[in-house]
Amino acid sequence: MLHAGHIPDAVVGARAVPIYQTTSFVFDDTEMAAQLFELRQYGNIYTRIGNPTTAVFEERIASLESATGALATSSGMAAQLVALMTLLSPGDEIVSSSHLYGGTVTQFTHTFKKLSIQVRFVDPTRIDNWEQAITPKTRALFGETIGNPRGSILDLAALAALADAKRIPLIVDNTFATPYLCRPIEHGATIVVHSATKFIGGHGNSIGGVIAESGRFDYSGFPTVAGPSPSYHDLRFYETFGHYGYLMKARAETLRDTGACLSPMNAFLLLQGLETLSLRMDRHTANALAVATFLRAHPAVEWVAYAGLPDHPDHALAKKYMGGRPGAVFSFGLKASGGDARLAGRRFIESLQLFSHLANVGDSRSLVIHPASTTHQQLSDAELAAAGVGPELVRLSVGIETADDLLWDLDQALRAAA
Amino acid sequence: MDAEPGFSCEITLNTALTDDERRRFQNPAVIRRILADAKTIAVVGLSSERQRASHFVATYLQRAGYRVIPVRPGAGSMLGETAYPDLASVPFPLDLAVVFRRGRETLTVADQAIAAGVPRIWFQLRIPAVEAAERAAAAGLEVVLDKCIKMEHGRFGGTLAWAGMNTEIVSARKQRLADHRGRSDG
Repeated sequence: MLHAGHIPDAVVGARAVPIYQTTSFVFDDTEMAAQLFELRQYGNIYTRIGNPTTAVFEERIASLESATGALATSSGMAAQLVALMTLLSPGDEIVSSSHLYGGTVTQFTHTFKKLSIQVRFVDPTRIDNWEQAITPKTRALFGETIGNPRGSILDLAALAALADAKRIPLIVDNTFATPYLCRPIEHGATIVVHSATKFIGGHGNSIGGVIAESGRFDYSGFPTVAGPSPSYHDLRFYETFGHYGYLMKARAETLRDTGACLSPMNAFLLLQGLETLSLRMDRHTANALAVATFLRAHPAVEWVAYAGLPDHPDHALAKKYMGGRPGAVFSFGLKASGGDARLAGRRFIESLQLFSHLANVGDSRSLVIHPASTTHQQLSDAELAAAGVGPELVRLSVGIETADDLLWDLDQALRAAA
Repeated sequence: MDAEPGFSCEITLNTALTDDERRRFQNPAVIRRILADAKTIAVVGLSSERQRASHFVATYLQRAGYRVIPVRPGAGSMLGETAYPDLASVPFPLDLAVVFRRGRETLTVADQAIAAGVPRIWFQLRIPAVEAAERAAAAGLEVVLDKCIKMEHGRFGGTLAWAGMNTEIVSARKQRLADHRGRSDG
């Protein structure tokens, strides 16, 4: 978290990672320029493709995720888009967990449809569901380590075994767990994506994303990676770059063409966040467990869905894959005030003093949102139930404040809402 | 050459070798010494197709300051150098043979390297030719197995990191001045 990816440079010796805030890089000579454009040399051309500050962030993430390399993107959504566009062609299919961030569901359902890519959503808790949804057109499995909204934990090893048997890559969104708590590649995943905006940055100040790849997947059955590339004189990325083939393709083609690059300044801020990832996650998860335990015993709370609690259905998986510490984002249900849970939710939110009401997670400050009165307000109670988001559901992202302060705030707001 | 490697420069990713084979044939100290000491490098199985891996590696090595000798039957000259059909035909001393041949051919190349007195042999990434490596090592050659010489040069030269790849090198010491230029010759 502190060293990987950055060796102090030979001349200046700056200890902190320098911010190379530049669009482009001067070539040594015309021959070197030509070789860089042909991807024969390692070097910097243009910050849309790569940048030395961003590269430090990429290597550090790769190191933390036990990956062969990484590619930074402008956001977590861009990371998913770039990761999947590198793999897929029109007509291909993805099998995905349905326990996903809402923005991902929208991207998969609507934007990918425009690219003629179909996503089959499955309840991720039974491996049979995944197997039954796989067809000869399936080119990827996708899930979140810790899924929305009920805190379900992906059974990574079982899913990786299925993906391996079917010779398709398993892509895991590891945003909520972070590589400090869980490293999906060590359990057999091929590609890990992150919204670095959340716990990696950790301070709620920069949007960013990243893709890490294991280097172990055999892409020979994927013409998008192994076949000749028309935009590089029929270069075969997988043959020429071996275990770097997928990432080189993602960088030199998908990132080049989508333009979804991370800015050097944001890379620097995300690196600042990474330096304290372990300290923050220790505090985030200790606070999350304290808050979940407190809420479950509270008379104004109906249920708590945190896999860190022993009675959560996925507690054993949380122990297996993340040492019993499944992050710091979870949901709970308010007891309906006079039968109106939406009203109780609104009153609860309005009474909170320390939790910030906003649409993000993974800030160092505690955050709260009531989906039924905000992001999902257009839906009827029946539609909310179908989306797995009841009118009583409140989502918390527990920060690193003093735990007693958080418990005080929740208690007084629950009393006000009851 | 080279950033001073720190405590975690043991390179563990992406190899088909066992731990014991890795210790013997992917030793970072040996790799760094070979990259620093070799000057004339035969590329056995260099393709004339510009987009093949062997062609990428050969042009990379030339740019890094090495003299690259193409070894390939039937090729007159490539990359501005005379090509030779096999290692035995090269009429001057070679410091290293980089091998882009697979299967049983790796044994033939190892035997030729031994006979021609080439002191070092390097079998490229995804060529886990353990038998050929054992034979060359028994004859006293320094051997690298299942590694890409271009990637290793970039790894220890500090440029591979620009591609966002995991170099597995952690160091708090300053790089040396020559690093970003590839080969240290000044």
